[in-house]
Amino acid sequence: MLLENLAILVLAGFIGFAVISKVPNTLHTPLMSGTNAIHGIVLLGGLIVLGAGVSGVLSKVILVIAIAFGTINVVGGFLVTDRMLGMFKRKPGGQK
Amino acid sequence: MTTARTALYIVAFALFIYGLMGLTGPRTAVRGNWIAATGMVIAIIATLLTPNMSNWVLIALGIILGALVGVPAARQVKMTAMPQMVALFNGVGGGAVALIAWAEFRHSDGFTGDPAYVIVASLFATIIGAISFWGSLVAFGKLQDILPGRPISVGEFQQPLNAVLLAGAVGCSIAIGAGQKNQALIIGVLLFSAALGLVLVLPIGGADMPVVVSMLNACTGLSAAATGLALNNTAMIVAGMIVGASGSILTREMAKAMNRSIVSIVAGGFGGGGGTAIAAAGNGVERTVRATSASDAAILMAYANRVIVVPGYGMAVAQAQHVVRDMAKLLEDRGVEVSYAIHPVAGRMPGHMNVLLAEADVPYDQLKDMDDVNDEFARTDVALVVGANDVTNPAARSDPSSPIHGMPILDVDHAKSVIVLKRSMNTGFAGIENPLYHDPRTSMLFGDAKKMVSEVIEELKAI
Repeated sequence: MLLENLAILVLAGFIGFAVISKVPNTLHTPLMSGTNAIHGIVLLGGLIVLGAGVSGVLSKVILVIAIAFGTINVVGGFLVTDRMLGMFKRKPGGQK
Repeated sequence: MTTARTALYIVAFALFIYGLMGLTGPRTAVRGNWIAATGMVIAIIATLLTPNMSNWVLIALGIILGALVGVPAARQVKMTAMPQMVALFNGVGGGAVALIAWAEFRHSDGFTGDPAYVIVASLFATIIGAISFWGSLVAFGKLQDILPGRPISVGEFQQPLNAVLLAGAVGCSIAIGAGQKNQALIIGVLLFSAALGLVLVLPIGGADMPVVVSMLNACTGLSAAATGLALNNTAMIVAGMIVGASGSILTREMAKAMNRSIVSIVAGGFGGGGGTAIAAAGNGVERTVRATSASDAAILMAYANRVIVVPGYGMAVAQAQHVVRDMAKLLEDRGVEVSYAIHPVAGRMPGHMNVLLAEADVPYDQLKDMDDVNDEFARTDVALVVGANDVTNPAARSDPSSPIHGMPILDVDHAKSVIVLKRSMNTGFAGIENPLYHDPRTSMLFGDAKKMVSEVIEELKAI
């Protein structure tokens, strides 16, 4: 299990390196914001651990906060990125 | 059911990667963002398909709470406040990682029966996640001006302090790994890492914050991947690692655009220990500054052939992009050639100024990158600096002792005359003196950017 997962980890790392080759300066912020939204994937961890039937009030509270945090990360991240990019969208066809 | 989950995860990976590729090109970026978001929705649904899930009400509660906070925050944040919002969203991601590891520690009674790699991955995630959370909060505070932008450090004790805190976090982790089950230990890991996150980012100057946020972003990605290893969840491994890797590359690219090395940024403050002392020494010498009026500025620009506008954070704060556009239009009607010089890190994030000017419907072809525009300053009659400071500081070119020496700047001082629109003589975000203001060709127009540009417009109409 560990070796399989490590193989996946390494390959995913190389994909990450490969995808970001040459990015224009203007897109640095939206790209950072977009990758930022993607690591909101931690939300899944909260779902799995809480869904596994955690008991105890404190543990439950911790996990609800974790899920809320993860959701903020995902939802906020993608929406903010879209708003930033929306500013660029109008440019080429915008009023001349 | 698990086969279905895995299959959906694979679809999600493909969408993440395709979406990210889209985000690297201006034409495909908007679509790329939504493709990645679709991948995220699929990954979440797939996870909820896990057999024998319980605590559904609490899960729903968490998601609803998060959506209630996240959606309005993202919708309502002003464009100027975007950088700190990204820092905040990144921070809560790191916080989630740390909290999950804490709950997992409690749930499994101190990782009882877990293989060693699960314990190592969980504790790694705890440390990095907590650093990212608290570090991002400091970055948020600095960008939001809650905390001072200048470096705050304990001088020569900085590195030993960092080392002690790291040793504390790792020490508690080792005790847990050795089989100790005391709750205080995991809380110790969290507290030491939290303190480390704070003291790592506090000494870094405000101008370097974008790079720091990007770096913390990569860290959160790595910690998410580690959590994925611990929970044996491939979706988290893949997405977390992709962000970790692409975030590192992006951090390097950003640092390169500012001509700063990542090492020197992390080492704290501008140019290491001496940075602040040099900046303070510059203030001792009293030099002359020429103030001007809106009408003089209007006359100067109205009879110019070429005007280059250099926008900076001050324009963003004053929301002056619309009046600047109106002014440019008036000048163009008089036959003046107007363009905008965009420094890669003008404002507080790369691309910040492009976003704002695009919002004000400034034609795309008038926005010039630093490399394209720098040669043109020598042929320019008036450079109008609107709320930019450090990116126009000629000391970066000429004064090797300056803390920002070597940073690429806009050669505003090559223009025949320079008008600097500024609220006061205060130093910029980096906290250093700008000799441009004492140049005999420079005149200062003090006041709020929006108000002053509006006055210039009135004067232009009167001419």
